[in-house]
Amino acid sequence: MDPFGTYKKVVSARSTLKEVLKTCQDGGIVSTAFIYGLENNLLDGVIVADNAGEFKAIPKVATTPEEVLEAAGTKYTVCPNISVLKSAVREYGCEKIGVVGTPCQVRAVRKLMKYPVGFRHIPDKISLIIGIFCMENFPYNGLKLIVEEHCGVKMEDVVKMDIGKGKFWVYTKWGETKAIKLKETHPYEQVACHVCTDYTAELADISTGSVGSPDGWSTVFIRTAKGEEIFNKMVEDGYLEVKPIEEVKPGLGLVEKLALTKKEKNMKEIEHRKELGLPVPY
Amino acid sequence: MVKVAHVQLCSCCGCLVSLADTYEKLLDVLNSIELVYCQTLADVREIPECDIALVEGSVCLDDHHSLEIAKEVKEKAKIVVALGACAATGGVTRYCRGNQLSKPVHSSFSPLTEVIKVDLAIPGCPPSPEAIVSVITAALNGDMEYLQPFAELAEKGSEACGCDLLTKVVNKSLCMGCGTCAAACPTRAIEMIDGRPNVTQYLCIKCGVCSVQCPRIRFPELIEKIE
Repeated sequence: MDPFGTYKKVVSARSTLKEVLKTCQDGGIVSTAFIYGLENNLLDGVIVADNAGEFKAIPKVATTPEEVLEAAGTKYTVCPNISVLKSAVREYGCEKIGVVGTPCQVRAVRKLMKYPVGFRHIPDKISLIIGIFCMENFPYNGLKLIVEEHCGVKMEDVVKMDIGKGKFWVYTKWGETKAIKLKETHPYEQVACHVCTDYTAELADISTGSVGSPDGWSTVFIRTAKGEEIFNKMVEDGYLEVKPIEEVKPGLGLVEKLALTKKEKNMKEIEHRKELGLPVPY
Repeated sequence: MVKVAHVQLCSCCGCLVSLADTYEKLLDVLNSIELVYCQTLADVREIPECDIALVEGSVCLDDHHSLEIAKEVKEKAKIVVALGACAATGGVTRYCRGNQLSKPVHSSFSPLTEVIKVDLAIPGCPPSPEAIVSVITAALNGDMEYLQPFAELAEKGSEACGCDLLTKVVNKSLCMGCGTCAAACPTRAIEMIDGRPNVTQYLCIKCGVCSVQCPRIRFPELIEKIE
């Protein structure tokens, strides 16, 4: 089974922008790419998941680097980013749009570009699609329950959440760190995630996530000509530091293991649904 | 040269406007086809024999002219395309009640897909210019793989509603909250609440575009190819 989908190259990378490194989740790749795009006129609007307070995620059309920075960091809950795509074109007047999304959202964007039945004059305005690695997502109330009941932390006190090393981590504004086993979070996953076999956002121009790279770095797949062009420019202009993936720990092997785990587990679920006579995307 | 006819039944002409909204692409399309019938653009009174008929609008069952035209299209065209919501899914004409002059008795409208056998259906109010051009181009090139979803809609997609999102996606545990349906809706009838579409029924015009865009109902394999 092919774990990663089509790609041109894969590297480990980290932002060189100080203000990004202060607020970003791992290597700050998404924020840096969008800031670079906006500053260099490659993009004029980007769709991001903003933190609406207490880690409620809402989609936002950001048109300045400041707005991108405000939205930095992973939210671990559902955020309907694609719902503001038309508004980015019609209301914000954007013509070169960057979109960040989970693998399923990236797939939705590729579908609407190929079959734009209800998306008049939109497909040609999507300039960059960045995908983030994703095993599953949590509905907001599921996330809240994990944080408040299992970690014993009030949502209002949380400054960062993270998933890594088999654990779900919560950091508070009082400097505390709480962690629970990832297994404890499984009952609160969004069940619709279980028909998805895409871990590394296989249809994005660029996909990124923490897995495979050391702390503070991100693994980056460069998949398309478009993705390669902007990524190379960012490196040339000094926005990103890059290391060969072969030279970092834990390396690509871990990404492959998780990607295949997701595929195998969810293919079984798809088969199970078929046996029950339930529909699956086709 | 492929002969194309544009036939208007009960509709607003918006789908033809959408076709014209392709600007320079329209010229490319017009260069590769022969437009043999189009009442809005050309003075031809009889529908001639043609390869493709793009039919917009629903059929008024209370009007024998409307029924005759639908039947005539079927006889004259090799491929019949239901262009837009009214022809494909009924669209806003599902709500028509007649009572207007000069024909107060015209009050029953059915999508073309429910009256004659249609080969391809393109929902949307109107379908985007890009989608119309893609379908025409695929039809000219015989790209059946691309056309497959439109052929399926012609076969069994005549009833469409925002409720499809509930019955086919949310209730079936398939919705992951991407929000594509909300962006696609032309009347802003869909709001994302707690990561799920909430459909305001009285705003829904049954154009079918929300469920057509949903990646969790249909995801054709050809989308997987990226460059």
